[in-house]
Amino acid sequence: MGATLAALIFVVPLVGLLWRAPWSSMWSTISSHDARTALRLSLTTSIASTAIAIVLGVPLAWVQAYVDYPGRRVVRAMTLLPMVLPPVVGGIALLLALGKRGLVGQYLDHAGVHLPFHVGGAILAETFVAMPFLVLTVEAAFRSADPRYQDAARTLGASRLHVFRRVTLPMIRPSLLAGAVLCWARALGEFGATITFAGNTQGKTQTLPLFVYIKLEEGNTDAAIVLSLVLLAISLAVLVSLRDRWLSAL
Amino acid sequence: MTVEARIRGTRGTFAFTADLCVGDGEILAVLGPNGAGKTTLLRAIAGLLPIDEGRITIDGTVVDDPAAEVFVPPERRPVGVVFQDCLLFEHLSALDNVAFGLREQGARRADARNRARALLAEVGAQDWADVRPHALSGGQAQRVALARALATEPRLLLLDEPLAALDVQTRAETRRQLRLILERFRGARILVTHDPVDALALADRILILERGEVVQTGTPDEITSRPRSQYVAELVGVNLYRGTADGDHVQVGDAVLTATGTHTGPVMMIIPPNAVVLHRARPTGSARNAWPGTVVALEHLGARGRVRVRVVGPLTIVAEITPAAVAELALTEGTEVWAAVKATEVEVFPA
Repeated sequence: MGATLAALIFVVPLVGLLWRAPWSSMWSTISSHDARTALRLSLTTSIASTAIAIVLGVPLAWVQAYVDYPGRRVVRAMTLLPMVLPPVVGGIALLLALGKRGLVGQYLDHAGVHLPFHVGGAILAETFVAMPFLVLTVEAAFRSADPRYQDAARTLGASRLHVFRRVTLPMIRPSLLAGAVLCWARALGEFGATITFAGNTQGKTQTLPLFVYIKLEEGNTDAAIVLSLVLLAISLAVLVSLRDRWLSAL
Repeated sequence: MTVEARIRGTRGTFAFTADLCVGDGEILAVLGPNGAGKTTLLRAIAGLLPIDEGRITIDGTVVDDPAAEVFVPPERRPVGVVFQDCLLFEHLSALDNVAFGLREQGARRADARNRARALLAEVGAQDWADVRPHALSGGQAQRVALARALATEPRLLLLDEPLAALDVQTRAETRRQLRLILERFRGARILVTHDPVDALALADRILILERGEVVQTGTPDEITSRPRSQYVAELVGVNLYRGTADGDHVQVGDAVLTATGTHTGPVMMIIPPNAVVLHRARPTGSARNAWPGTVVALEHLGARGRVRVRVVGPLTIVAEITPAAVAELALTEGTEVWAAVKATEVEVFPA
């Protein structure tokens, strides 16, 4: 009984979404100028934040997996915090740290770097919320990779850097891909931190989830539903692509 | 070239002391039970484990000397390693595994692949060049791992339990192959094993390591004929004979045994004690080698729960059987028995 109810909690809202979907006007809604702008912005910012997460997150995962330093547990807790933190809190924290009069932001502002209410802010907010998925997945992969393969590579003349590039990285590739896809999906759906830190400026920081919310507020339910379906389709595609790795990689 | 190692180290509560020396063209086997420190020794020589105290010299060059603050990292030592479980890179084909070291030395991809192809041919593995490691059998992976270790032309080759992962059938065959390949390699070779048969069949000299200490070194003949301790006697308590081979027959004294494989001229022959089966009457089963004898000694091996039975006859042999079998056959000193060994259990190699 409980199990049926639990399953229904997941299923019923999706059915509701599909039931109300205005299939006939779908294409015109998706191809409207505003929707296309939001979609393009969402793709750009989510891909950018995934790229940042890979470039910065893989080294972090490597250090967390292999280097034993004091405070490692604290750093781990901090890097995973955004996964459980309400995104709006993350947005406020980012604003206080990197806003115009923030802890670091005041210096950035002097230097001409403006994050809040700019594309950069949206990217940063998405990175903050999504990067833990990548770090967690990749760190687990580094931990479970047999270190003896790295030994073997070194006896074949490979320096530490080459061992990383030619042996360790290929070994963890499936997990890196899974982590990147999870990270990207999370970034694409980001709402709370983005609207709090980056605002809701059309063409600059109004990503697809924000656009959906605004349409609903304006009473344009059809547009909200259609674009929700777009996000749903993307999420389903992610799930299918990760079918086998979802649990094993995490 | 020679390799000299004087190693003192501690790992947790485990203290380690080993001196060894291996010369050009020589095969040294490091033999000992699990946990004796064999792999520690090998990792220290390869540079994968810095030593606490002592000095390791390869070809006159000091590669590890903590007192002098010298440590040459593994990638700059002239050492090749064949690891236990082979450790072939799963994301690369057999060919690219062999080419890996050559690429690291700066060879162009095409050149490295050509050379790798030749190396695979040398170990009889050319047919699997494009195969991924997971699709190789244990014996095949072993050969590819050997080719990979030899590709960088190391002056010292280390082999860590190269046969341990193989099943009994593949083992004998792979051991024969390994012997042929090792003979062609010009440098020094150190083979780590817990199996006395591997050590006796492959090595020129054997070093026996127990609880982190060298307990005896010598030629296979010396070790088996004059074991210096009960422990060594038990460890290398294999039946080792010198004989003359003609095809699959080997003449040892008055006895003629059948083995697998073909040899000619003077050979060494090994029969593991646990491969010897004792019967009260002449056996009728599949064993092709059977001869009568008299039990002259029974000795309980406490640790292994087995009994060693020495049988004197045309071929004096030691059998290792279970206490239950001793009781069932009612064996005592003076009992007349038949000893039997399958041809596949008889290991023959050139003397």
